[in-house]
Amino acid sequence: MGALQSLPGQPEYIDLAEKTGFSFEQIGVLHKRFKQLSHNGETLRRDHFNEIPDLACNPIRAQIIEAFFDRRNFRQNGEGTVEEIGFEEFLVVMSHFRPPSLHMTEEQRENVRTEKLRFLFNMHDTDNDGTITLEEYRHVVEELLSRSGALGKDTAKSIADAAMLEVASISMGHMEPDEFYEGITFEHFLKLLRGFEIEAKMNIRFLNMDTPTLCK
Amino acid sequence: MPSRTEHHSPAGVGRSLPERGLLLLAVLVLLEGSVLPLGAASSPDTNHQGNVDNHNEGNVGHNVTTKKPFPVLSLDYHHIQTPFEISLWVLLASLMKLGFHLIPRLSGIVPESCLLITVGLLVGGLIKLAGEKVPPVLDSRLFFLCLLPPIILDAGYFLPIRPFMENLGTILMFAVVGTLWNAFFIGGLLYAVCQIQPSNPSSLHQLELLPCLLFGSIVSAVDPVAVLAVFEEIHINELLHILVFGESLLNDAVTVVLYHLFEEYSGVGTVTVLDGFLGVICFFVVALGGVLVGAIYGILAAFTSRFTSHTRVIEPLFVFVYSYMAYLSAEMFHLSGIMALIACGAVMRPYVEANISHKSHTTIKYFLKMWSSVSETLIFIFLGVATVDGQHDWNWTFVTVTVILCLVARVIGVVGLTYIINKFRIVKLTTKDQFIVAYGGLRGAIAFSLGFLLDNDHFPKRNMFLTAIITVIFFTVFVQGMTIKPLVELLAVKKKQEAKRSINEEIHTQFLDHLLTGIEDICGHYGHHHWKDKLNRFNKKYVKKCLIAGERSKEPQLIAFYHKMEMKQAIELVESGGGVKLPAAMPSTVSMQNIQPKKPPPAKTAERALPQLPKGREEEIRKILRSNLQRTRQRLRSYNRHTLVADPFEDGFNELLLKKQRMIELEKKIKEMSNYLTVPAAPPDSPTMCRARLASDPQTYSMKPGSDNMPSIQVDLASPQSPDSVNMLDEFKLANQQRRQEEEDQGLMMKPPSSTGGHNKSGEEDGGRDQQKLMRCLSDPGPSADEDEDEPFLP
Repeated sequence: MGALQSLPGQPEYIDLAEKTGFSFEQIGVLHKRFKQLSHNGETLRRDHFNEIPDLACNPIRAQIIEAFFDRRNFRQNGEGTVEEIGFEEFLVVMSHFRPPSLHMTEEQRENVRTEKLRFLFNMHDTDNDGTITLEEYRHVVEELLSRSGALGKDTAKSIADAAMLEVASISMGHMEPDEFYEGITFEHFLKLLRGFEIEAKMNIRFLNMDTPTLCK
Repeated sequence: MPSRTEHHSPAGVGRSLPERGLLLLAVLVLLEGSVLPLGAASSPDTNHQGNVDNHNEGNVGHNVTTKKPFPVLSLDYHHIQTPFEISLWVLLASLMKLGFHLIPRLSGIVPESCLLITVGLLVGGLIKLAGEKVPPVLDSRLFFLCLLPPIILDAGYFLPIRPFMENLGTILMFAVVGTLWNAFFIGGLLYAVCQIQPSNPSSLHQLELLPCLLFGSIVSAVDPVAVLAVFEEIHINELLHILVFGESLLNDAVTVVLYHLFEEYSGVGTVTVLDGFLGVICFFVVALGGVLVGAIYGILAAFTSRFTSHTRVIEPLFVFVYSYMAYLSAEMFHLSGIMALIACGAVMRPYVEANISHKSHTTIKYFLKMWSSVSETLIFIFLGVATVDGQHDWNWTFVTVTVILCLVARVIGVVGLTYIINKFRIVKLTTKDQFIVAYGGLRGAIAFSLGFLLDNDHFPKRNMFLTAIITVIFFTVFVQGMTIKPLVELLAVKKKQEAKRSINEEIHTQFLDHLLTGIEDICGHYGHHHWKDKLNRFNKKYVKKCLIAGERSKEPQLIAFYHKMEMKQAIELVESGGGVKLPAAMPSTVSMQNIQPKKPPPAKTAERALPQLPKGREEEIRKILRSNLQRTRQRLRSYNRHTLVADPFEDGFNELLLKKQRMIELEKKIKEMSNYLTVPAAPPDSPTMCRARLASDPQTYSMKPGSDNMPSIQVDLASPQSPDSVNMLDEFKLANQQRRQEEEDQGLMMKPPSSTGGHNKSGEEDGGRDQQKLMRCLSDPGPSADEDEDEPFLP
């Protein structure tokens, strides 16, 4: 509670807490981190993210950073990308990784699952046309395998092709030889990952964070 | 019993099979019962014979030797008694297992463990009725050194590492704190109950606190054998399964320490604070020491497997022997042998599986399953036999209080611990989960064996303890074991996902891992994912290079998974009759063409004009292929013990050459054919392909140089357009393919409209690889498409 006294803008916190579902403590800690990343500025830009050293060895770094600047993740039904984000947008994107609470109805759980899957979908669908085409999926697999050694693009292509084939089989079932499968729509994506239990997996522990553990 | 079956067998064919089983059982039991007196009878004879001879040797001058006729046929049971009896028991156990599955309704209602205990009771009763002394079957040494290790190794080797690690905190809490709570609660309250009848001084009053606590610690541990036996049949969801099962494995350390502590000091009578403190330290030493010993042996095994590429036959032996030695070494120091075994199996598995051949992998899997199955069956039967045999001291108060306290302690423990644990878990445990965890705390043979080990002098109440332990075991296994299945249905607990692991899920699992690590880095929070990522990178950079042979060390997990999946599909296709009916996994007619992006119009129209193969030609090709496949099958049938591989120089090699010549002509005419493969593949020099080619087949080392122009028939296996086509490969082609990079006259190639030139190459190579894998499969039935144990490389 002491930390909260020193942080400005408490009425804003109430607003943010309502919007994102974080507690005051969590918002406080995230705000500290935000300030650290932005060098006490008001907004974050892509190069601020690029400065994080641990992120450098992550194979899908570019896509993660893009996700923060993607309007579709701001829950305002926007589209396109922005160049810089404020604390509110930062918090909204982070809220996608909040764990579901213990007592939830089945419907609420469905909503949480849909939301998280939407986030993933947006990450894959880079050109924002509502479908993940074969090219985009190939790009995803290539990025995943990029840091794992030079095994050539062919393997990534084959894996992506096989995966796409699987999606098509699951979603479309029967197709004539000359029909063409456009790409994975959001409904197909939901169907594909139905058994994946994403609401149990796509979570970050936002508790127990205090300043000494924050990395530089 | 025999007369009853004879009366029934004319009554109907359908009833004869289980009746036959029962008849067999009866015969076996009677045989067993009868050989024991025979054994007793024959040995004096031989002894007597020996005595007579000695006597004769001694009295040289006496010459009283009566010349006996030369014994044409004699009975010497004593000579083979022990192995014979062991084999008889194992045979009995296996026949029982067979028998139960012949009676379908019974196995649905009653779990196997209950049936086996019942059989044990019957056998023990029969032996006793026959007037013989029941053999002391559940000898603790036999149990701990022979019967328990296979089960634990099987569990440890196939332990699903990912859910285990994710829930490790919860599992440790239940295992350590839960068991401690149970032990002290049960022991303490039992002592209190024993003392509460001052007016009526019963034998219970002699019971001191320390023996009570010892009893509490023996009876409080959840037993892995019983849990495995029951949970295997109810197919509960992965989280609950790993929680209860993990707890049963990890509480061994606690049990060992508590048991030794109380046993040591029961004689003395007091336990001081210092002893308690030492006990705590001992716990850490036992647990961590066990894991360390296991890990060391695991790494040794992994390192050894790196060099086994020339002697594939003994690969499984290394796995088994190293693990068993880990267990024995840990037991030598009184460390936790169970944890050593688990650590050994879990540590060695990813590396060993990367190094060994496919056949060795199958061997290891089947041997482990077989041994653990037989062990489990034997344990339950012996439990029944030992119940009949043991000297029981039934005390109503003690036994009923024990049973009630066990239940109560378990429930309170689970509920209390979950309340604390849920504060730290992301995915909280619901009430349903807690109920299943509490209800699934079964006790089993380990408790009995530990009780059996007690010394009667130090523990005058040993028999009473044993009786109570057996009652608790029976209660948990029968009552809880039988009712847990209907309860699971009633409470609608989530069941295990039967869906096969798909490539999409694998991609997204990897993706999520990296995503969450990235988000954690952005948050500045060094959480689970951060450390897991660091461990993975360390593993990839240093450990894999040491422990995995060859190129395979660099293969990322996604690719390893993908190749495994491909292999499974290929095996499935062969098993389903060469593609006549499509495998169930892909019931759709979607193929690669449907997802390839549309071509610009000119190229598209050109490829649309597909030359159709004339019907007659197709038939000819098919006939040739079929007959060649038969040749291949014949070739593969012969092998010798050292190579386990067919010698292609036998069986009509020359005819094959002639056929090949004919094929060359044919393929020249049908070269423009195109029908694409549905499953794309790895490039020719990828690690898996090299390994797959070189690894299983020592034949590939001694390649004939002059076989360059052996063409191969490669026809697509699974495309919907050619349902009867079959894959075949010339073995010589194998080695050559890997040496040659350039495109070559590959024989009959059927490809669909291909989008890019690059796809052609990968298609052919895939053809080569698929076929070569199929060749392996033809001689070896291979594993079933069983996803359960096949975990990815390193999760």
